[in-house]
Amino acid sequence: MDQQIIQRRLERILPTVEKPGRYVGGELNQIVKEWESVKTRVALAFPDIYDIGVPNLGLTILYHILNARDDVLAERVYLPWIDMEKAMREHGIPLYALESKTPVKQFDILGITLPYETLYTNVLNLLDLAAIPLHSCDRTSHDPLVIGGGHAVFNPEPIAPFFDAFAIGEGEEIIHDIVNTYQTWKASGASRQDLLIELAKIPGIYVPSLYEPTYNEDGTIRAVQRLHPNAPQVIQKRLVARLPKPPTRFIVPAIGVVHNRVSIEIMRGCTRGCRFCHAGMVTRPVRERSVDEIVSSVREALDATGFEEVALLSLSSSDYTHILDLVSRVASETSDHYLTISLPSLRIESFSVELMEKLRGSRQGGFTLAPEAATERMRNIINKPISTQQLLDTARAIYSRGWTTIKLYFMIGHPLETIDDVQAIADLCKAVLAIGRKIIGKRANLHAGVSTFVPKPHTPFQWVACDTLEQIEAKQSLLKRELRGPGLKLTWNNPHETLMEAWLSRGDRRLAAVIETAWQLGAKFDAWQDQFNYEIWQHAFQKHEIDPAFYTHRLRSENEIFPWDHIFTGVRKSYLLSEYHASLQEQTQRDCRQGCFACGILPKYADLRRNNPGDHWKCPEVPRRPLRTEIKEPVMG
Amino acid sequence: MQRFRITYNKGASLQYIGNLDLHKVWERYLRRARIPLAYTQGFHPQPHIQQAAPLPLGFLSENDLLDVWVQSENWPPADFLTRLQVTHQPGIEIVSIADIPLNSPSLPTLIISSLYRVILLDPYDADDLKDRLENLQKQSTILRTRRNKTYDLRPLIEQIDLFLNPLNQCAEFRMQLAAREGATGRPDEVIGELGFDPYAARYIRTGFIMKE
Repeated sequence: MDQQIIQRRLERILPTVEKPGRYVGGELNQIVKEWESVKTRVALAFPDIYDIGVPNLGLTILYHILNARDDVLAERVYLPWIDMEKAMREHGIPLYALESKTPVKQFDILGITLPYETLYTNVLNLLDLAAIPLHSCDRTSHDPLVIGGGHAVFNPEPIAPFFDAFAIGEGEEIIHDIVNTYQTWKASGASRQDLLIELAKIPGIYVPSLYEPTYNEDGTIRAVQRLHPNAPQVIQKRLVARLPKPPTRFIVPAIGVVHNRVSIEIMRGCTRGCRFCHAGMVTRPVRERSVDEIVSSVREALDATGFEEVALLSLSSSDYTHILDLVSRVASETSDHYLTISLPSLRIESFSVELMEKLRGSRQGGFTLAPEAATERMRNIINKPISTQQLLDTARAIYSRGWTTIKLYFMIGHPLETIDDVQAIADLCKAVLAIGRKIIGKRANLHAGVSTFVPKPHTPFQWVACDTLEQIEAKQSLLKRELRGPGLKLTWNNPHETLMEAWLSRGDRRLAAVIETAWQLGAKFDAWQDQFNYEIWQHAFQKHEIDPAFYTHRLRSENEIFPWDHIFTGVRKSYLLSEYHASLQEQTQRDCRQGCFACGILPKYADLRRNNPGDHWKCPEVPRRPLRTEIKEPVMG
Repeated sequence: MQRFRITYNKGASLQYIGNLDLHKVWERYLRRARIPLAYTQGFHPQPHIQQAAPLPLGFLSENDLLDVWVQSENWPPADFLTRLQVTHQPGIEIVSIADIPLNSPSLPTLIISSLYRVILLDPYDADDLKDRLENLQKQSTILRTRRNKTYDLRPLIEQIDLFLNPLNQCAEFRMQLAAREGATGRPDEVIGELGFDPYAARYIRTGFIMKE
């Protein structure tokens, strides 16, 4: 089907759907190239609606890198909302890319980003709407090469059959390797299988069809067999030694989306070592951008977009080396524009209040802090060691400097948590509100956001069990009972959604059949509270005679081979285990900028660092020890 | 401070954009063009701009109007025009810019009627079309219900003409509909009353009739 037919059919159905502006493209800063002017066409897809997908920074980076090449074009793809999907299916409109309205199936490569696990059924819906076979093994030379990337694919196994390949780690360089390999293959006229085998040679590429897991009687993994000599035993994530210049010509949607702003990543990686934190483990090491580069990028991006908000992104803003200088300069650079500047993830200390004060207009949204747990014992277990006194002092500073609302983020369900630790969340919230009351009276508000911990792969807590439904409900009902009354607001997660995230996060390849069945039964948009349907998932598990508790509530043995062990983040499993042991002893670990704890990143990326010297890479210098025995990676079949 | 009135066309790239969103598009466009916008007073200062009349989602418009207040003195409209023309905004084409008195009445109060072109997307039968139009014009009241409110559409239709183009099989209505506060006619309602699917048509608001 060509673009004109799609356009004509769209004109009929767009007036009948909600927010039709999602489906037309044509925004400021979109890049449109002649289809015939390039060798390779890439569709970049976010498997949720436009409103969620457009602000995604990962895809924005790839969009600009690919379109900077003369021989490549990249276009964007998002999923239609339910009303539009229905209309598209009724009118025979296949999923198309926004820029040229070309059907996704006609692209050479389809890249799908998966920042979180609850998008998996949407991936199947996306492939189906694009008329691309769901399974890699059923695709032919008429189908695009389907590649997945993003944080969720550090455990790609639950969705392994649906992808031809996964890009593990950072995408800025590997995307060129993928395109180049594709171009060479296409010119050679070789088979699709040959393409997969060639791709497997690229460091950081995982071709799941070249591996086969075998299982023990208890259902755990016995080994992961390689089916081809090109398939590496361990797929080590890619990373860039130095963060390249950030994108500045952001797409400016003409309709409101979830984040309408310029986003500049000031730093990647985190040295805090919070044991629950997936991002903190998989994005190591810390690499910073210079203040000059950030400030000039902010200026450039504002000129290119006209946005009224700037977000300075990182996992831990306070840890950025020159944060005070950065905030002052960004504030003065933007002083004449009534702009809002957001600075997420501030440390719990009064200095953070000073930083926020420099950013005018930022008071509207309240002040957010994430203690994650309310007792010092619990915070030692998760390695987020701040004292309760320090939190109360910070709260006092916030209320006295004119903010009326403090948002505190906690998690329930941490390992070794007792009901007393949960009670402590309620007590701490009330103590904070009492401070606010003393300072500004009844205007003081406290908002407690309490989510439920989900153990994630590649973290020190990958061995632990997730709370059961009963445990979660008991803890939540305590909080609901305690945290009510004027000035108090509590939000929490639906426990069923938590369980879904838990089984998807640490699932293995057998889960793929469950996901596919759930999708066939109607599961999609699982990340949307009003769309998620727990019963469907229960049916899907029953049909395949798999107990979800095997993935969610099982304490793993220390020598278990995990489904994701052959994906290597650079952080050794033995290091994660030692961190797990330390947590059980309530021992904390310092910020690793102050001293290396040998997580594994430095030896694994030693050459990369040596070839890119400079102080942007924030691991401390480690004297080389002679003839140290390398600790072995997990043994593969 | 100065007040400028911008005449512009809203094209396909902004066809499916609602009014509030269009306001945002203008704010960002003017900011990119580095126009020293005047801001409203108050707790949340907003750029001081004003649209003429809301345009339903899916409609295109020609000769649409926007007032902009600028922190400037004796700035020639020609400079403003150049500034906007060199700054890219998909879906907005500037027709002209005029300097108007700060104290002149607000745009929405000046609008009396709106002019529309409506192009039917399906092939037509000429005789049938003429019959339907005659039938509509004959009536003295046309009661319709929109959003659970019943109103009389007939007095809102100030003029309606049919143009047939046998070459490309396109039928087009040109309408003048009332556009006063509390008395605004919608061309899709007229198309519905004529017995056509209101979604099977392209709508272009081509201009306004304004108070002297």
